[in-house]
Amino acid sequence: MVNVLLGLVIVAAVLPLLVVVSASFTPYSEILSNGGYTLPTEFTLDGYRMVLADSRLQQGFVVTTFVTVVGTALNLVVSVLFAYPLSQHRLPGRRGILFVALLTTLFSAGIIPTYLVVKATGLLDTVWAMIIPTTISVFNVFILKTFFEGIPGELFEAARIDGAGELRLLLRIVVPLAVPVLMTIGLFYAVGHWNTFMAAVLYIRDADLQPLQVVLRNLLTEVSSDAAADPDAVVPTVTFRMSAVVLTALPMILLYPFIQKHFRHGVMLGSVKG
Amino acid sequence: MTLQQTRAPERVESSTPAPPEVGRPRQARRRFWSFRTLLLMLVPGLLYLAVYKYGPMYGVLIAFKDYSIREGIAGSPWASPFYTHFEQFWTSPYFSTLMTNTVLISVYKLVAGTIPPIIVALLFNECRLRWFRRLAQTVSYMPHFLSWVIVYGVTIALLSQSTGLVNGFLRDNFGFTIGFLTSNTWFRSVLVGSDLWKDIGWGAIIYLAAMIGIDRTFYEAARVDGAGRFRQIWHITLPGIRPVIILLLVLKLGNILDAGFDQVYIFYNIQVYPTGDIIDTWVYRAGLENLNYSLAAAVGLFKSVIGLVLIVVANRIARRWSAQLW
Repeated sequence: MVNVLLGLVIVAAVLPLLVVVSASFTPYSEILSNGGYTLPTEFTLDGYRMVLADSRLQQGFVVTTFVTVVGTALNLVVSVLFAYPLSQHRLPGRRGILFVALLTTLFSAGIIPTYLVVKATGLLDTVWAMIIPTTISVFNVFILKTFFEGIPGELFEAARIDGAGELRLLLRIVVPLAVPVLMTIGLFYAVGHWNTFMAAVLYIRDADLQPLQVVLRNLLTEVSSDAAADPDAVVPTVTFRMSAVVLTALPMILLYPFIQKHFRHGVMLGSVKG
Repeated sequence: MTLQQTRAPERVESSTPAPPEVGRPRQARRRFWSFRTLLLMLVPGLLYLAVYKYGPMYGVLIAFKDYSIREGIAGSPWASPFYTHFEQFWTSPYFSTLMTNTVLISVYKLVAGTIPPIIVALLFNECRLRWFRRLAQTVSYMPHFLSWVIVYGVTIALLSQSTGLVNGFLRDNFGFTIGFLTSNTWFRSVLVGSDLWKDIGWGAIIYLAAMIGIDRTFYEAARVDGAGRFRQIWHITLPGIRPVIILLLVLKLGNILDAGFDQVYIFYNIQVYPTGDIIDTWVYRAGLENLNYSLAAAVGLFKSVIGLVLIVVANRIARRWSAQLW
């Protein structure tokens, strides 16, 4: 009984994805004739060919990859630098800084004032608008801080006696010990950047700087807007759209099994209050 | 320097500024110097918070001003009376639409994000086949990592009126189709349903963790008393995770005005504004598309203030259950 129900959960989680994958390999004419709910009789790679040849998707892929790599690196460096001093209870002013950080999770000024700051700092219409306004997540910093606090003090004492400074302690002792947590948090940050959408909608007008998710969203909704305005516009076929969906999701799906074992640990740490 | 640092713990938390006595400032300066590396490490993070989190708080002023881009925040004249933009929002016809949509979508998601994950967590917990359970867990949290645009693509594959799987089936067997994504009767259900699909497994993790923490001896005792599986769930598992359920519910109540910008913005279209438009998407359109900065900022501020109050109240309530946020 339990196994049957759990089987249903698996089917419900996987089936929609399989439908997308199946549609991406089905010729458009066949989807039109059978509504896409029976298994395809023909197999085509046309959709994938179109995706790989589409310059806007290529551009989006480059933008998103840049944002993900550079953004995640920046996130991790600044988060570690921020969390480590806060994990040292002897630091003067620690409580005040914790409060200042925590307050930002409770109250935010809103979309418009944030937009004005992004504009004032000159980030509008640059890739940095998708990177710098999310430099750290206070939640992730707290996960890191909690982990750092659990490192036995004796390790630090020993290294200090050997004459290590704070920076060396951080790089030689703390960071190597924290690799699993850093991978977890790095995954959270990387997923956030790969899926970046809202920042681009708010801060990017330039078509060449649109990240993959925005390009894909436009592709998915193109019928209703463009086709009406321009009768000659080629409406993207379902095969093409679903191929784009599969390729955009693929990096996350491929990354997932490798880091999956770490993130449960991370979620548990997050549930322990800082 | 080394000595200074090892001695320091005696003085934890006495970080209030030293009174201006003779000799003290020098000592304070030396203490500060001994922490220079640690304090320096904080600089990038603090700078970020100051500019991108606290900076906008100054910009909140435009909610009380008649903001013009040319004059800037400081130069723009105050609105008269200063609450003009708030009043305009409260008395406008879209106020009730936005509040209804935001709160309804949020409450539906709250229910869908609580009960089904608990049921799934129970299934995980009861499953005796370890490999099967692991498979189910792995598969069910995966959608959490997919973007809303991908989920929208999945939704189109299933629910599109012309080429979707469900509508294809309906057309061939019953001769009609449903515009799930364009109909006001269906739009909220689509939002809630896709949210459920995306996060059910993820939501179950924390309940499962709480279930694993329940003392095994309770179950043995119940079995000796002749309790079956369902009675064990009812009398031991569910009461055992009650504090976690309540805590999470209370915390989610604090975010009731956050119905999810990304999802709604990606899913909606002009036909479903009456049931799908939420505060955040409206603020985006009013502010950044129609350049009505002050009004949009006022609505955003209204949302943030209510959010803050709700979170503080929620934390108070959660504290009664001996598990507060801060």
